[in-house]
Amino acid sequence: MDGEQVKAWEALCVEEQPPACVAACPLHVDFRGMAEKIAAGDFVGAFALYARVVPLPAILAHVCDHPCETACRRAEAGGALRIAALERACVEEAYAVLKRAPQRLRRPKSVAIVGVGLAGLTAAHDLAMKGHAVTVFEADATALERLRHFDPAILPPSAIEADLGGLVSLGVEIRCRSRIVGGDGPLGLDRLAENHDAVLLAPGRGRTPAFAPTVALGPDGRVVAAAGSGATSHPKIFAAHVRMSEADPVGGDFADYSPIGSAHDGRRAANTIDRFLQGASLTAARGDEGGHASCLYVEVSAHPPVAPIDPADPAHGYDHAEAIAEAARCFPCRCRECVKACEYLARHGGYPKRYVREIWNNDGIVMGNRKANRMIDGCTLCGLCAEICPNDLSMGEVCLDARRSMVRRGKMPASHHDFALREFAFYRSAEATLARNEPGFAASEVVFFPGCQLAGSDPDAVVAIWSHLRARISGGVGLLLDCCGAPAHWAGRVDLVEEARAAFETEWRRMGRPAVVTACASCLKMLRELHPDVPAESLWTRLAAIGLPEAPPVVSPPLSIHDPCTARHDHATQAAVRAIAAARGLEVRELDGADRTTCCGYGGLSVYADPETADRIVERRIGQSEDDYLAWCAMCRDTFARHGKRTAHLLDFVFPKSDGDDPAGRPDPGLSARRDARLRLKARLLREAWGETVSDDEPIMAIQVPEDVRLDMERKLILVEDVTRTIAEAEASGRRLKDPASGRLIAAHRAGEVTYWVAYEPEGDGFVLRRAWSHRMRVEAKP
Amino acid sequence: MIDALGSAASSSLICLSCDAPLEPGKIEASYLGQSFPVDLPRCPKCGFVYVSEELASGKMLKVEQALEDK
Repeated sequence: MDGEQVKAWEALCVEEQPPACVAACPLHVDFRGMAEKIAAGDFVGAFALYARVVPLPAILAHVCDHPCETACRRAEAGGALRIAALERACVEEAYAVLKRAPQRLRRPKSVAIVGVGLAGLTAAHDLAMKGHAVTVFEADATALERLRHFDPAILPPSAIEADLGGLVSLGVEIRCRSRIVGGDGPLGLDRLAENHDAVLLAPGRGRTPAFAPTVALGPDGRVVAAAGSGATSHPKIFAAHVRMSEADPVGGDFADYSPIGSAHDGRRAANTIDRFLQGASLTAARGDEGGHASCLYVEVSAHPPVAPIDPADPAHGYDHAEAIAEAARCFPCRCRECVKACEYLARHGGYPKRYVREIWNNDGIVMGNRKANRMIDGCTLCGLCAEICPNDLSMGEVCLDARRSMVRRGKMPASHHDFALREFAFYRSAEATLARNEPGFAASEVVFFPGCQLAGSDPDAVVAIWSHLRARISGGVGLLLDCCGAPAHWAGRVDLVEEARAAFETEWRRMGRPAVVTACASCLKMLRELHPDVPAESLWTRLAAIGLPEAPPVVSPPLSIHDPCTARHDHATQAAVRAIAAARGLEVRELDGADRTTCCGYGGLSVYADPETADRIVERRIGQSEDDYLAWCAMCRDTFARHGKRTAHLLDFVFPKSDGDDPAGRPDPGLSARRDARLRLKARLLREAWGETVSDDEPIMAIQVPEDVRLDMERKLILVEDVTRTIAEAEASGRRLKDPASGRLIAAHRAGEVTYWVAYEPEGDGFVLRRAWSHRMRVEAKP
Repeated sequence: MIDALGSAASSSLICLSCDAPLEPGKIEASYLGQSFPVDLPRCPKCGFVYVSEELASGKMLKVEQALEDK
């Protein structure tokens, strides 16, 4: 896999993007995390999240101008969360547990900070936590002079004293009545820079002419400081209140007073000074600082509106129970839209960004367990996630790329696709394929390509369709029984896809380059991708164009329509299918619409590599409506039928078989019968259309397979053919075991990479099968 | 790996070719180029090894899958 491509995929998933409130907060307080804890009654845990990034929690909980509330997405569904009030409730309940331990540096640096506002004290906090020795100089008689003018009802003096006490306990020294001026002298900036490793100027916003001539001032009287870093003309002196970029002349930080903005100024300056003290770049990788918009996608419409909770005592704010109720209004903001829609994505407990990383890590393992193999092979590649994702991330694309990589490196688990590829080989074998022009024609105007599954599931339909096409199309309608290559494509087998592609192309040219009409949505998709020069078309659009055969009116209850996932974007075919259903008098109801359809589990070979996931996908789909379903893909129909959902195929109504037929009640024929039907179809066509003398292959031995045993074999991917051969060989060679208790005979047969076991009993002239199982491991007695 | 497959319980099956009851014996199991010894019931005369359905769909399957993911 290509690392750059993997990064590009990861970047498409927004699930790890911060929610709007976190992004908007200049300090990035994790309010989503806080709300979850408050709603659970864990105020101490919520306060810990708050105090982790908020340097002066008592003060800021009272005076923060909370840009988070403006950004809150709950505003679109009842009203924004009252975040400030909730933070205050946390601080009031849990401030006493606040404990901060600065780092211990072997050689602490000394930093002087000029100005005891929110910026200066935030910087003091951050640098003290880093283990530096911090002294703060304030011209006024008291620290935080500006905040002391707040209404005590808004900011109680006790909050100021609590946070100042916290700073002092971190080792910060606060010297009031110490006006620092430019130049030399006891309180001169020159002296300050000489005696400290770094100096921060945080005197508040506005003119600061007193700092000249130690640092250069601009024409506006402000210290000249580099945008972003705050570096001044003096190498050891930095400014706190700076523009974020040269393109930000007066906006942002220089706009109206914002307490949280001031705190952020201090944080950014502390970051600069810490980088300076470590000799690191002052400007690299600082894009995430400050408030910004969030690109996390949130489906707000999924949340019914809920109005904010009003505190019973507005002056006091939320009590414990009110805070819990208010916090419970937080959605919380997450995307996970694809995870909600897909059983496969939900089953692995994460979301695409994490999965892409796991798959990439899996791909890079040289020695060790590749734990993501089943996840990679469990995806149906149906494309629903890409349809839902705000950035069109397709997990199918990721998984298919990973599968191809596994195949290239010889790391594809042998059992995952073995059965499917043996089926593919059978459908592509000489005994199953057929490619002929219509009798009496040297070339074909159209060739009918039914697809493997319909030919196996409903061979009568194939005969009826071909007959109808020949009746309505005069230029010759050939027949091509082959596989389009989809199973090999899904298995990541580029080599086998190319074989199928080349074989198809040869036959297609030999038949006179006809238009190809296929009954299978997967075949159509594959043909269009592999053969851009071939005019390929769905049977349904062609039927809509040439008209339907005469048939008696349909008597059917309303049906919910299920579209195959491979036709998700084939709107022309979707429309033709619905038009044909209407023309036959069917009342059709939509499930989620064709664009949001799900896979039946066969897609991507999920049903072979991860049958449990495939089952969940099907169960969810068939549970969406009590109606009988209408499918137009043979595999979808048979899969739903196997899971007990009454499902008809649209062909059942276009070419009705007989009066009183119950199309939705037709059982799944199963793997063995489908394979057998395919062989019989070919023989029948050769006999009926071309007058050849062909007899059906009879099984080498008649084995009775009770229905419960057959269903068990289907689940284990064991064919009747496999057990018949095993019994036949055992009876011929005499190599059998006997269980005296049950009287059953037991035999084994190795075919390819699989050993098949059977337990059976003689009955009449033949045998009845009791159990069948298989394994891939070889076992041999040591001599 | 050996422990993972475990030794199968002695079976009361009879080999019809040899008319001999199966006995536990040393067996070599192999998959994907790795082989390891296990104890399984086998015919003491012709060496026919019996793999029960329980073993095939249980421990043996787990070992196969673990080896496939190596």
